[in-house]
Formats: sequence, C-alpha cells, structure tokens
Amino acid sequence: MSVKLSTRQVGDVTVVDVAGRITLGEGSSALRDLMREMVSKGQKKILLNLGEVSYIDSSGIGELVSGFTTVANNGGQLKLLGLTKRVKDLLQITKLYTVFDVHDDEAGAVRSFA
Amino acid sequence: MGKNTGGEAETVDQFLDSSLDSVDSAEQLVLDVARKAGFQEEDLHKIGMAVRESMVNAVVHGNQYSAHKKVRVSVSKGQDRLTVTISDQGKGFELEALPDPLSEDNLLRNSGRGIFLIRAFMDELHVRRLSPAGTEVTLTKYLIRK
Repeated sequence: MSVKLSTRQVGDVTVVDVAGRITLGEGSSALRDLMREMVSKGQKKILLNLGEVSYIDSSGIGELVSGFTTVANNGGQLKLLGLTKRVKDLLQITKLYTVFDVHDDEAGAVRSFA
Repeated sequence: MGKNTGGEAETVDQFLDSSLDSVDSAEQLVLDVARKAGFQEEDLHKIGMAVRESMVNAVVHGNQYSAHKKVRVSVSKGQDRLTVTISDQGKGFELEALPDPLSEDNLLRNSGRGIFLIRAFMDELHVRRLSPAGTEVTLTKYLIRK
C-alpha cells in the first residue's frame, strides 16, 4: 500500500490523517501536492497525523521538512501527531524531532495552535 | 539471477532496471536472504531501509533512471554477517564531499539524508568508484545471535 491521505477540519485546524508509506515516488509526491494545495488555500494551522504511517524513507522525511518550511514561510504552523516508534526514531537520529512540534493526543495538539 | 549456495554461505546476484520498482525488488531480495540468515524484525527494518536508500541513490542519482543502465544487487549471507553490494553505472560521488545533514545549515534541507541513514542502520558502509564508470556501495550488517 502506498500512502493514503484524508483531511478533516477540527475548528480552524486542518488535520491530515496519513496512512501507509511515505517513500520516494507516489507517497512523497502525494503529500507534497496536498501540502501545496493547503498552503495555496491559505490554511495556516495544519496537523499531520502520522499514527498510521508504517514506513517513511529519507524522501518522506524531506517532504515533512519541506511542508514545515513551506507552511512557516506562509505564516502558518505545521505540527505532527501520533508518531510511531520508527518515525520518532528517524526524526531523532536526523535531529529533526526538536524542530517539529510533536504531540501525542489530538485534542492537546489542536489546542496548541490557539 | 545467479544463486550460489553451499553450507551456510549464500550469494544472490541480480541486475535490475533503473526504476523505482527496482527499489522494491532489491529490498525484497535482500530481506529474503536476511530472514534466512536469522535477522529479527528490527534489524530487518534497518537493513531494508538501508537497501532502499542505496537503491534510490543508484537509480536516481547514479543511473538517473536511464533505460540503458542497470543496477547490480548482490547479497551474501555469511556465518556472522549479511553483505549487500549495490553497483550503478553513473558518474559516481565522493563520500567525503557530501554535506553533513545534521549541521545547522543543512538541517532543514529537503534532501541529503540517505547516506547518513545507511550509516546509522548498517554496521559498515564502503563506497568505491568503478572503472570506467559507476559506484559500488557495500553494506554490512553483523548477526548477533541471542
């Protein structure tokens, strides 16, 4: 399975539920396209729920970073929710864990945007 | 595909197209051998990831998706280790010239973490230039029996 992306609105926060694999090719380009679309629509509070992400490679990490900087450059915030152990480990060894605002529970994550 | 088994040693050799499908094929090929060698789930994940990153480098940066170039994948199961060799036919690169993805200047770059992750997940990484063209990357993971 490649990546599956679905968006929902919780107040003024757009939650993106990401499931599957974020790898070079279809997975990372689908995420990139969605992020660009959200930024172009003026969405400034984006929460990426990675709880169902089974696999992420360096290209996928690159897309997370790209999304983070793109949203920030447009005056918004991108935060992460529900990292699996493997994704958390990857962000830690690449020193990106402290760059992102990472949350374990959705309600707290949504409140943190206020 | 070449396959050579004898005792505990096993070597499998494949030539793959320069496509992203080959990344999946190489990962499966290596993981099949790694499982037989006795590697457990966490190490299999690390080996698979290192192979994918190496294959992406070979297909995308080395052979640049050329239909005329192949990627050779060779995986050997020894008594205490798994050795994977991935060779492309591209221009090659200098390992020492790669920017450090952990430095402050590079931390928010979109790319450049592949080799770093391979080093993190495997026990050894060797890179050598091939003549007349190409790069050979050798990855080793030691089997620690529990």
